[in-house]
Amino acid sequence: MSVPAAPTLARHRGAAPTGPVVLTIDDVSVDYLVDEPVHAVRNVSLELARGEVLGLAGESGCGKSTLAYAVTRLLKPPAVITSGSIEFQSREGFALDLTAMHGEDLRQFRWDKVAMVFQGAMNSLNPVITIQAQLEDVYSTHRPEMRKAERRRRASELLERVGVDPARLKAFPHELSGGMRQRVMIAMALALEPQVLIMDEPTTALDVVVQREILDEITRLRDELGFAVVFITHDLPLLLEISDRIAVMKEGRIVELADARTLYTQPQHEYTRTLLSSFPSLTGERGAFVRTGHDETADETVADGTAPTDHAEEADA
Amino acid sequence: MTTIELRGVTKDYRVRGGRGARTLRAVDDVSLVLEPGRTLALVGQSGSGKSTIAKMLLQLERPTAGQILVDGKPVPRGRRGKHAYRGQVQMVFQDPFASLNPYHSIGHHIGRPIQLHHPRLTRAEVDERVHDLLHRVRLDPPETFAARRPHELSGGQRQRAAIARALAPSPGILVADEPVSMLDVSIRLGVLNLLGDLQRQENLGVLYITHDLATARHFSDEILVMYKGVIVERGPADDVILNPQHDYTRLLAAAAPNPERRLAELTS
Repeated sequence: MSVPAAPTLARHRGAAPTGPVVLTIDDVSVDYLVDEPVHAVRNVSLELARGEVLGLAGESGCGKSTLAYAVTRLLKPPAVITSGSIEFQSREGFALDLTAMHGEDLRQFRWDKVAMVFQGAMNSLNPVITIQAQLEDVYSTHRPEMRKAERRRRASELLERVGVDPARLKAFPHELSGGMRQRVMIAMALALEPQVLIMDEPTTALDVVVQREILDEITRLRDELGFAVVFITHDLPLLLEISDRIAVMKEGRIVELADARTLYTQPQHEYTRTLLSSFPSLTGERGAFVRTGHDETADETVADGTAPTDHAEEADA
Repeated sequence: MTTIELRGVTKDYRVRGGRGARTLRAVDDVSLVLEPGRTLALVGQSGSGKSTIAKMLLQLERPTAGQILVDGKPVPRGRRGKHAYRGQVQMVFQDPFASLNPYHSIGHHIGRPIQLHHPRLTRAEVDERVHDLLHRVRLDPPETFAARRPHELSGGQRQRAAIARALAPSPGILVADEPVSMLDVSIRLGVLNLLGDLQRQENLGVLYITHDLATARHFSDEILVMYKGVIVERGPADDVILNPQHDYTRLLAAAAPNPERRLAELTS
């Protein structure tokens, strides 16, 4: 692969994790081997500290989900990890090279150590069996020695933990609201007490009020259980609020990595600034937003890919 | 120039529950006026009745009680009346991936409403208007985009095509139901700014339905906050957001991600 080397990341400004590391992503590249191979992830290096929330921001197609799938080893052909290594350092003191894992080892590792809440999680539940069966399934697969009564108890504890009434165990997914389904998905991801939780746009389809509840829930559970979170979204204000550190991805590369506060107050990369300015603030200035009837000078945002055209002559308000 | 008024509009749905049917009041005694050149934002969480209002405005649902007035007169009944009404009121839907027919070209999507609402135009004139509309929503060059099908466009481009389609009959009122919530954040402002420009050019009355308070504040003149079918607060955009009176408005404002708040916490 003749991929140009990534520019070396600034290692200052809170870019390095604090505390012991749980996941090390080193120089990982992922290609989709289709006609005209797509370099989805290019030479990405990241370290995830135990118990931290790392935000991964970027627009659609920037490779953030592909990176998440590489970490969980869920990529399917034509996607291939072409370089780099991913190492998991367990709480118990051993380290695992994820890129070298195969077969039964890999199956046992997934969900037990690194679990994932998928994009559109509301729709990733099986519609034809109850959520109890789906939660218990995790245990019967990964903890085959566990007795039925124990599984049952654990499943109801899980629901309680994410704030869903355990009486709803017998419910089918369609009987639950979007927010509740999302909570069930989070419960399922937490079933085996993983050390890393990867959340791929977990709140994108929810409205603001439900989103706030889920975020509070995630923060609370993280404090309780001490897992590390990789939170993937394109909603930068949301990330700024919940993450310890934020990585901004563009075209498969991490263009900026800093702690939340530094990223917000002193963004270094042009693209980060663009992303930040594309959110009008609720209580502050409007950023790049033009209100009807106001001046046209600061017009046309940016990352849309469209060149500003002159339309001033048509504007006769 | 069109003005639309909702006067005491109520909508009930019959829902089948465990035992028998009950009525759900989706919209309860709502009054609002859409005027040329003004933007009203309707905010509230899922299920608050925002979209039901949009459906009634478009005559897709009939109100259980209350009136919808166009320029002071009730909406005419019958096929012809509705046809004329739809020339005046158009809608941009939430999901640009679902609202365009994958079978038809972009040019067809925009040309068809022009033909329907302006049957006297010749084919060349229709084409010219299609190209003009595409150019105005900045899908340049128009010839190339007119020939493309929806799957060949990105989400933002599709939504701009959907806006061009809504503007094709030259309506006076535009209802935009969460027009940017399915789009990537980095292109949302581009689409909203475009809507704002077009509104100014055409002097449109816009109803902007959303649950994003930040864009509601910056995009609209007036904000109506809806909760369980009732408008619980209304007023000039900045007043509603910066000085919310109703508890529900406060709840919405507190739920929106706000980096400034986090920053203050980190600093203290």
